[in-house]
Amino acid sequence: MAHIELDEKKINRLKSLARQVAEQVQEMIADYSTVSVERAVLRLYGVDGVDGDGTPLVNRLVELLQAKEMLSAGISRYFALAMLTSGRDAQTTALQLVNGDIEFAEQGRFPPEEISAKEQDLALSAVAALDATRQRKAEKQKRYPLGPQPWKYVIVATGNIYEDRTQARAVARSGADIIAVIRSTAQSLLDYIPYGATTEGFGGTFATQENFRIMRAALDEECAATGRYLRLVNYASGLCMAEIAVCAALEDLDMLLNDSMYGILFRDINIKRTFVDQHFSRLICGRAKIIINTGEDNYLTTSDAVENAHTVTASQLINEALGRFSLLTDDLLGLGHAFEIDPTMKNGFLYELAHAQLTRQLFPEAPLKYMPPTKYKSTDIFFSHCQDTMFNLASIATNQGIHLAGMLTEAIHTPLMHDRYQSISAINYVFDTARDLGSEIEFKKDGIVAGRARQVMAETEAFLEEVRVEGLMQAIAAGKFAGIKRREEGGKGLDGVFKKAPNYSNPILARLEKEGVING
Amino acid sequence: MAKEMIKPYGDTLNDGMVQLAFTLPVAGGPRAKKAAELYVAKLNFTDIAVSFSREIADGFTYFVVYAKALPELDYSTVQATEARVTKLDFYRINELIKTHINRPLVVVGASIGSDAHTVGIDAIMNMKGYNQDYGLERYPQIEAINMGAQVGCEELVARAVEVSADALLVSQTVTQKDVHLANFTELIELLEAEKIRDRFLLVAGGPRISNDLAVELGYDAGFGPGTVPSQVASYMVTTLLRRKGVTGFVD
Repeated sequence: MAHIELDEKKINRLKSLARQVAEQVQEMIADYSTVSVERAVLRLYGVDGVDGDGTPLVNRLVELLQAKEMLSAGISRYFALAMLTSGRDAQTTALQLVNGDIEFAEQGRFPPEEISAKEQDLALSAVAALDATRQRKAEKQKRYPLGPQPWKYVIVATGNIYEDRTQARAVARSGADIIAVIRSTAQSLLDYIPYGATTEGFGGTFATQENFRIMRAALDEECAATGRYLRLVNYASGLCMAEIAVCAALEDLDMLLNDSMYGILFRDINIKRTFVDQHFSRLICGRAKIIINTGEDNYLTTSDAVENAHTVTASQLINEALGRFSLLTDDLLGLGHAFEIDPTMKNGFLYELAHAQLTRQLFPEAPLKYMPPTKYKSTDIFFSHCQDTMFNLASIATNQGIHLAGMLTEAIHTPLMHDRYQSISAINYVFDTARDLGSEIEFKKDGIVAGRARQVMAETEAFLEEVRVEGLMQAIAAGKFAGIKRREEGGKGLDGVFKKAPNYSNPILARLEKEGVING
Repeated sequence: MAKEMIKPYGDTLNDGMVQLAFTLPVAGGPRAKKAAELYVAKLNFTDIAVSFSREIADGFTYFVVYAKALPELDYSTVQATEARVTKLDFYRINELIKTHINRPLVVVGASIGSDAHTVGIDAIMNMKGYNQDYGLERYPQIEAINMGAQVGCEELVARAVEVSADALLVSQTVTQKDVHLANFTELIELLEAEKIRDRFLLVAGGPRISNDLAVELGYDAGFGPGTVPSQVASYMVTTLLRRKGVTGFVD
């Protein structure tokens, strides 16, 4: 492993500061729930499908309870009572509620103990479903081994899930380890999950349970054909983080884009909504062993990659600390960063190495997600290909975890079949020809790389100290991340956040938190 | 005017040398290679050399081809415009606004429609700017409002009216099935329906935008890849001043 000499005490100081920042947020999270969290509970209880207008039943149910001003106690208990009343399964009960055959009620003819017992039954099978996906994936990975890191991550984005499937198969054959299906551009702002297969999306397909299923089935066939395990990725960020995590778990997805601050900063989603949704979604990911991918690369597309390198490191530390509270283990933390320094900068590559190596050493066990250049990508595809090659070299030299394939046509169009071929063949070449380069490198103690890494650490410490004193939400309000200001009481989805009543019940959340990290 | 015939240049004038790369939906092999050669011949090329071919997915073969183009073009008949920009620097732009407009210039920018990419609008508007050129937010004499991505046309127009904007900057980065054209047109139609098109200087930007295209769509100007903020600012200031009848501001 390449190595920069770093002060262990300083590393511990950074981790401790981040933990304190996360603690403040976690206290707030404990007091709130959201419509999306409640819908996620219903999905795990077995409610699926849409009404005649295409509105998901889970949305209809939460709205029904909201209209009765009963949501602050959580939907679990009321739904359990409704199931006892109907005497039917979750889906039939949901339909009866939506059709008005039965109603959400405060009291039924059932004693509270019976309702609690029903809730516990439902929660038990919900958690069992999360355990089942974890075990199915472990089983598949035993049969089809994972390739070595950095894993090659390639995007498909035709807007038609069946076309995506063809592209994904082609990419899998050329050696990709991870297939990400790009999501329809505006989905993060939808307060519901669309239903069914997408054949005409803008910039991608919707994250729907059916699309997940279609792609997973295709990749399972490719696993058998290539003898390698192929990971499937989608996006949880947005207004439906927790629900998408449920759909992803049920369909055996392997990774989800799930950043603590991305939605707040780049989609103007309310701060509380994001943090509360995120906690539940990450608990689900932890139990189902879904690797999260965080979005620090986005900071660098709006801010300068050298000037603001410390905000990336700070955000990684905060994502890790928050992830710990949501029971994510190191192997599930796909912390993000990017190769975005201006290519005309003298020794820019040394700075890239410093940033990548620092991230590697701060999070030695995490499958770091390394993003290719985009901001300064040339529309001269030949030069662009050279930029990606340098990125590939930095990645293998510093032993990154998840390597997002750069495209020579990045600034021009969504990748064509041969764009992906060019990209993967260049990665294969660089990764093979420089496979053990990292283990041969020790950076000069007082050299440019080591000096830069230490500088970023010092800046990160000062920055985290400020954030700790102010509080994370105030720091975001002051525009300290990516220069974007977001207020605590602003942003989309705020109306879906509510304070939990003293009798609030969410037995899935309680069970996941209580049982802690489960492996095997 | 004298004709001025041109062809692509490789290493000898008028050799017509062109490089091509493409995929055909056929399995690899000698027949595929022949198909690539015949296809390129249909495109009016000669001296075709398929320098590389490989099956890159089941039933899809990728080719790199060199060939000589036959047609010639009379360059004397070619016309294209660029947005009329008198290039001014940061200080001169601020000074002109202060002296001749006497209040900050209000500029509202957004990436409209379903486009989630802010990279273009950010390059022009964010404090930091692009390629060592300060963004509009840095200009003391410009009130720059960056609405970000996925902004609806109605939302953009409402904001522009609310703040009495002088100029609207509209960006479209990633486009699929030419949706950028529909988005650009939707904004124009909305402004015309509200009868407020002439209230604002309308500027389009993005990797697929040329000044000609923007003007054809009804915008005042269009800026493509590589544009720096001071170019856009220069254009806005000089155009607004010309419209006010102020001239002679160029040193």
